[in-house]
Amino acid sequence: MTEHRDVLLKGGRLLDPSSQLDGVGDLLVRDGKVEAFGGSIAAPDGALVIDCKGQVVSPGFIDVHCHLREPGREDVETILTGARAAAAGGFTAVCAMPNTDPVTDNQAAVGFVLKQGRAAEAARVYPIGAISIGQKGERLAEFGEMVHAGAVAVSDDGKPVVSAQLMRTALEYARTFGIPVADHCEEPTLAAGGAMHEGFVSARLGLKGIPAEAEEIMAIRDILLARLTGGHVHLCHMSTKGSVELIRWGKERGISVTAEACPHHLSLTHEMVEGYNTNAKMNPPLRTAADVEAVQQAVKDGTIDVIATDHAPHHNDEKQREFSDAPNGIVGLETALPVNVTWLVKSGIVSLSTLIERMSCAPARLFNLPGGSLRRGSAADITVFDPDQAWTVDPSAFLSKGRNTPYGGRILHGRVGCTLVDGRIVYQRMG
Amino acid sequence: MSAPLGKDLLGLEHLSTEQISLILDTAEPLREISERAIKKVPTLRGATVVNLFFEASTRTRISFEFAEKRLSADTVNVATAASSVTKGETLVDTAKNLEAMKIDMVVIRHASSGAAQFLAERIESNVINAGDGTHEHPTQGLLDLLTLRRKFGTLAGKRVCIVGDVLHSRVARSNIWGLTKLGAEVAVCGPRSLLPNAIADFGVQVFDHIEDAIQWADALNVLRLQLERMTAGYIPSQREYNRVFGVSRERLDRAPRDLVIMHPGPINRGVELDSDVADGPHSVILDQVTNGVAVRMAVLYLLAGHAPALAEAAKGGDR
Amino acid sequence: MPTAPTVVLNARALERTVARMADEVVERADGTENLVLVGIQRRGVQLAERLGRMIAQHEGATVPRGALDITLYRDDLQTVGPRPIVGKTVIPGAIDGRTVCIVDDVLYTGRTIRAALDELADFGRPARIMLAVLVDRGGRELPIHADVVGRSVDVPPGGRVDVLVSELDGRDEVTMVIAGEET
Repeated sequence: MTEHRDVLLKGGRLLDPSSQLDGVGDLLVRDGKVEAFGGSIAAPDGALVIDCKGQVVSPGFIDVHCHLREPGREDVETILTGARAAAAGGFTAVCAMPNTDPVTDNQAAVGFVLKQGRAAEAARVYPIGAISIGQKGERLAEFGEMVHAGAVAVSDDGKPVVSAQLMRTALEYARTFGIPVADHCEEPTLAAGGAMHEGFVSARLGLKGIPAEAEEIMAIRDILLARLTGGHVHLCHMSTKGSVELIRWGKERGISVTAEACPHHLSLTHEMVEGYNTNAKMNPPLRTAADVEAVQQAVKDGTIDVIATDHAPHHNDEKQREFSDAPNGIVGLETALPVNVTWLVKSGIVSLSTLIERMSCAPARLFNLPGGSLRRGSAADITVFDPDQAWTVDPSAFLSKGRNTPYGGRILHGRVGCTLVDGRIVYQRMG
Repeated sequence: MSAPLGKDLLGLEHLSTEQISLILDTAEPLREISERAIKKVPTLRGATVVNLFFEASTRTRISFEFAEKRLSADTVNVATAASSVTKGETLVDTAKNLEAMKIDMVVIRHASSGAAQFLAERIESNVINAGDGTHEHPTQGLLDLLTLRRKFGTLAGKRVCIVGDVLHSRVARSNIWGLTKLGAEVAVCGPRSLLPNAIADFGVQVFDHIEDAIQWADALNVLRLQLERMTAGYIPSQREYNRVFGVSRERLDRAPRDLVIMHPGPINRGVELDSDVADGPHSVILDQVTNGVAVRMAVLYLLAGHAPALAEAAKGGDR
Repeated sequence: MPTAPTVVLNARALERTVARMADEVVERADGTENLVLVGIQRRGVQLAERLGRMIAQHEGATVPRGALDITLYRDDLQTVGPRPIVGKTVIPGAIDGRTVCIVDDVLYTGRTIRAALDELADFGRPARIMLAVLVDRGGRELPIHADVVGRSVDVPPGGRVDVLVSELDGRDEVTMVIAGEET
């Protein structure tokens, strides 16, 4: 790594919900930390000065849920391309889910992800370890060893933890290490064979549906197990009105439950599948307008703590096939900010400050990660973006290897200008 | 009237009432060709039609083949066992290969919903959906409509109940769209485990009891009960299904009127339909088969050459 | 510049012409015994019907009538995009060994008659096929010739002949437009 150089972010709107900061001013970065902010700061000798006029300067976004595909599917994404795509999307850190091949279920595998992440010199990459060995849902993986090696949470994401007993044990055992147990909520027998949300659209298209209840049954099971164990359960990609009501129920009772929602579940409905659009196929599936509205409100009121991308790159060939055979998932790192700005902020549902809280401060807090703040002495993980700039999504221009997005060709608002990690510029948009 | 059918026939959901009527009106005079000594007209001479069947189907394939041959098209049958699909070729590659062979039309049967549309979006040739997964089976829907229209004169105000496994039935979906568009009242009847949860959104009535459906309806379209529904646990047994939902002479005798009985075939006799009903005076099951050829000829004729607009001038012929 | 249509035959003249054609058809067919009249969809069908009525009046014999829709036999189906509407074809009984008189409204390129001959051949083997047309406008593209002609007119390509029959059009009239662009 090169020597740190001072960076002066000049004249941006400094917006940091973690310190109730919102005002135009300068921000000086030194030695990878926030050195000073506010007012006018004279540029030190040799400092790199970036004009941030008209831009928002916020703590860097942190994605607690993405799939970087390495090891195993380096043809669709690598930790390098994923970390670069993340930086381009304004993310200073991402948590890589362990459903790789082989599964990240031991300390060596965790170490590999960390090593590749460091080598990328883009967004920070934090490994999430598997809950069970091989994600088979049978025996617990070595949480302690993995945390020692650098894992920040455990999850069997991609699959639910089917056994309630295993989930109970995981929540209990994770308490020693103070890590969240993130669960992919899906009752497998109800969801079996499902290709999209169960409703009128699935009935018309003749596609097997996944009822909202498949998610909700597991959500309430996990909430009750968190109550039983006192462990921290983190519910991944919540997508239904019922789920947010159950989370609200849990939080009102002081149960240690946190939850994330994905940009696509905050913006699109199951009608997107019309025409058998495989770029609208993901799990959980796109739901109804009523669900989208409920999840948006839950982001607003904090029932949903975090917005996470569930970035899931797939090869074009895999998506170019019969809908029921196409894999689930879409890329999200490079569209998360504009989707959130367009559907949540421009539409007046949440303030920019709340959005930054859900995309940066809360993930740092819940997963005990550096960043998420512009306080003096904080890690200089910073995102500079223009919340008003409109642009057309061009998947071919993504830094991710994945092109599978339902937003291609759409005009969205909000564009990242530059991203700093540890005080270094890891992404700067040209032009 | 413009744009009769467009490039492809993928389903009845997105066809207009006028388009459906045009197909039926075209099918009517085509019925006569099958009555001739020489059952062949030169209409599609030189056109190549590929019957691409990724799923076994004797009836539909034969019906299409007759329709194609009676219009003088050259036909090639590609069935799953003989195709490269078993060698792992993707539908995209199949499409590219067909395109390279300069064929004119593809009739596709596939186990995945949306497969016909998938193919249609990737090739220039006309694509006819011969059944895609549990989505649609438009030519079956059309032949059912033609059969009922011939029986009743008009479908407007007629009550048609679709009986059985609507959840997994492409025939049911095509019927619901077609019947509704032609002004019939539509109902479904079957165990709730075999009806889509969102069935009411289709704008149809639901009967939980076959007796009530029989009281209400002018015609029953009885669906085939697939054996795998039992193994998958949707219903306990064929015997019980017959007892609760089977269409029997005894049940029909209590109807206030004679009901027209349809079935897309092949019939599970003694399960969804009793033999004396299937072979009875009000069964139009064999008319359905006859009409199937005419309807498919009409579709082939109307789609051939893409038909961007129906020229009024073309009607006059030689002047 | 479009030219105003000229009346070729008014209602009275059309009736007289059809009456003469009926006699000629019978004469050329050597009586009515083996005769079958087959009209080409659409206006040939009405004309065949009228010829049949005239023959019944003049001869006291009922001649079987049929209708032929030649759409599916057209030689331009592969090249024209739009699909013409298919009409009904009805052939009254077997035509083997009989004299079939094809009846049409206008004879122009001859392609319709070529198609009709092909179609008739699929129904059997008549002893003889003849052709009766109300108007022969010239302009043949095939070696086809009418046996009985109501009226011959010379209409160059670009012009048109319209036959109106009361059954379909509300009145009987034949008009022609020599040239000019259609609007």
